[in-house]
Formats: sequence, structure tokens, C-alpha cells
Amino acid sequence: MSWQIELIILAIVIICGVSALSVKDLLSAAILFGAYSFMMCLLWAIMGAVDVAFTEASVGAGVSTVLFVAAVYQTSRRTKD
Amino acid sequence: MLAIFLGGLLIYCSFEFPLWGDPHAPASTHVSPYYIENTLKDTSVPNIVTAVLADYRGYDTLFETVVIFTAGIACIFLLRTYKTVEPDIRLYRHIPTGITLRIEKGGKFPEGSRHFERLDTAWVPYDLIVKTTCRLVIPFIQIFALYVIAHGHYSPGGGFQGGVIMGASLVLFAIAFNLRSAIRRMGERLIMLLAALGVCIYAGIGTLCMLLDKNYLDYSAFANILAFDPASARSHGILMVEIGVGIVVMAVMVILYYVLASAGKHDEGL
Repeated sequence: MSWQIELIILAIVIICGVSALSVKDLLSAAILFGAYSFMMCLLWAIMGAVDVAFTEASVGAGVSTVLFVAAVYQTSRRTKD
Repeated sequence: MLAIFLGGLLIYCSFEFPLWGDPHAPASTHVSPYYIENTLKDTSVPNIVTAVLADYRGYDTLFETVVIFTAGIACIFLLRTYKTVEPDIRLYRHIPTGITLRIEKGGKFPEGSRHFERLDTAWVPYDLIVKTTCRLVIPFIQIFALYVIAHGHYSPGGGFQGGVIMGASLVLFAIAFNLRSAIRRMGERLIMLLAALGVCIYAGIGTLCMLLDKNYLDYSAFANILAFDPASARSHGILMVEIGVGIVVMAVMVILYYVLASAGKHDEGL
């Protein structure tokens, strides 16, 4: 696997993580967290840990995003801080 | 400032780690060669990760399953409210004509009638495309989940992933239709019974091994009663354990969604 792809994915992981923390809208924070999980899944797959990548894709990018959205649906979308 | 200092300290310490894929690293000099050489001989499972997870490190996975079960119970204790507050407004659709009725507090609800269906107050329009697509897709998702559980010996996958996919298909049903119809098909009591059943399957298989004169979770004990050689008995033991894990994970994912989406009321939700 060429190192350029790894570098791009790692950059997207960091960008998604930082922006999920700093964004004011909780729904977009949940979606960004899902994107972060999916990019982590790609990184695990590149490093050869296919089982971990599968778990990350199903749990992190799939179900936990749904649970976050369900929790955001019960509160207000904007954060105060 | 403190965060930058601690982060710098962590990054500095990480330079002391062995290199990625270093053959002389401590992790790959003691146990890894044993697993790589002996897994196929001991358990006849080609996927080493599954064998390590469910056989060599069986206790670890057993208590991970218990942790997930406990998390589901804790979420119910924290969020579930049993006081039923009657909503002020309910919406019903008369199915033959498609007319939406709005019944305010004090009115007579057509509960139990075949000609009326109750709607969520937040979502009134018809959603024929979403419902039909989900009705077509959900069986394939569930077949794939069963495949992932049963084929975890040969390819990536296993109880956790398959259970999550199975739970996701039920969550998709609850999103596409509504929460009430999902709860009507798969109620809270049934789900928690399934979760407890999954843990009991795992722990019970361990106990069964003890009753057959082997150690706890040593699946080669099944070679005595099932007339297999010990290696394929361990393979079948791994499969049974994975089924237990899959049931627990599916049940907990669904109950977490029910409780979170309706804020514990199990009435209306996403």
C-alpha cells in the first residue's frame, strides 16, 4: 500500500476528529464522528487488522452514529459552549 | 498548557515503542509464534483472530459479553420511565381513505381498529418508498449477519460483528416504520430475555465443558459426546459461543436504540 494514501487518510482522520470536537451543531458532530470511524476502519484495514476494521465499520460507523443521532433528536441541536 | 505538556510527554514516550511489524518486539516473540504455528492444528480454525478471541482467550470474551449485557441493563435503569404520560394529541390515519385524523385529549381513540393506524406526531406524510425499500433490504441484511456469525472461522467476522449487523437491521426497521410497530414485534421483555439467554449460552457451554471433565471453556471436552476429534470439537465450541455473543450484542443494540430514541417512554421516537 503506497504511503500517500495512508497519509491522506490519516489527515482526514485528524481533521474529522478535531472538527467533531469544535463544531457547534450536535448533529453534524455525530455525522463527523461517523466519518472519523469510517476512516479509522480504512486505516485498520490498511494495517492488516481486518477483524478490527470490520468491527469498527459495523459498530463505530454504523450503530453508534444511529445512537448518537437518536440521542441528539431528544435534545436541542445547538450547543451552548 | 497542561494538555500540550501531557500530549508531548505521550508522544515522547511513543518513540520508545518497538517499530511496527518489528520481529523482535516483545509481542511477537512469545505468544504470537505459538498461535500462528498451532492454531490450525489445535482448533482447525483458519482465522487465527477468531480462535484467539473465542478459544485461547475465552475468559476475556466471556466477560466482554457480560460487560455489554451490563451496559444494556444500566441504560434501562438510567433512562426507562414507566410512568405513562398520556400525550395531548394523537394522530391516526384512516387506511381506506388516507385521511389523517387529529384527536385531542378527551377524545375517543380508535385503538384496536383495523381501519386506523397510529402516526407519530413528528412525521405525518406517506413514506411508501422508504418502507418498501426497507422491507426488501432487511432480509438480506439479516442473512448477511447470520453469514458473518457462522463464517467467522474462515473470514473476518464473528459474534460481535454479526450481532451488531443483526441489531442494525432491527433498528432500520424501527426507523423506517415507527418505534411502536418495532416494539410490537419485538418487545422489551423478549429482548432482555434474549440478552440473558446469550450470556447463559456462553457461560453454560463453559460449565458443560467442566461437567465433561475438562477445564472451564475448554471446548475439546465435546469430543467425548459428539464423536469428533478434539480439534474440530474446539471449532464447534467456538461456533456455539459466537452464537451466544451474537444474540447478546443484537439484543443490547436494539434495546439501546429503543431507550434512546424514545427518551425511555417507548412510545414515539425517531
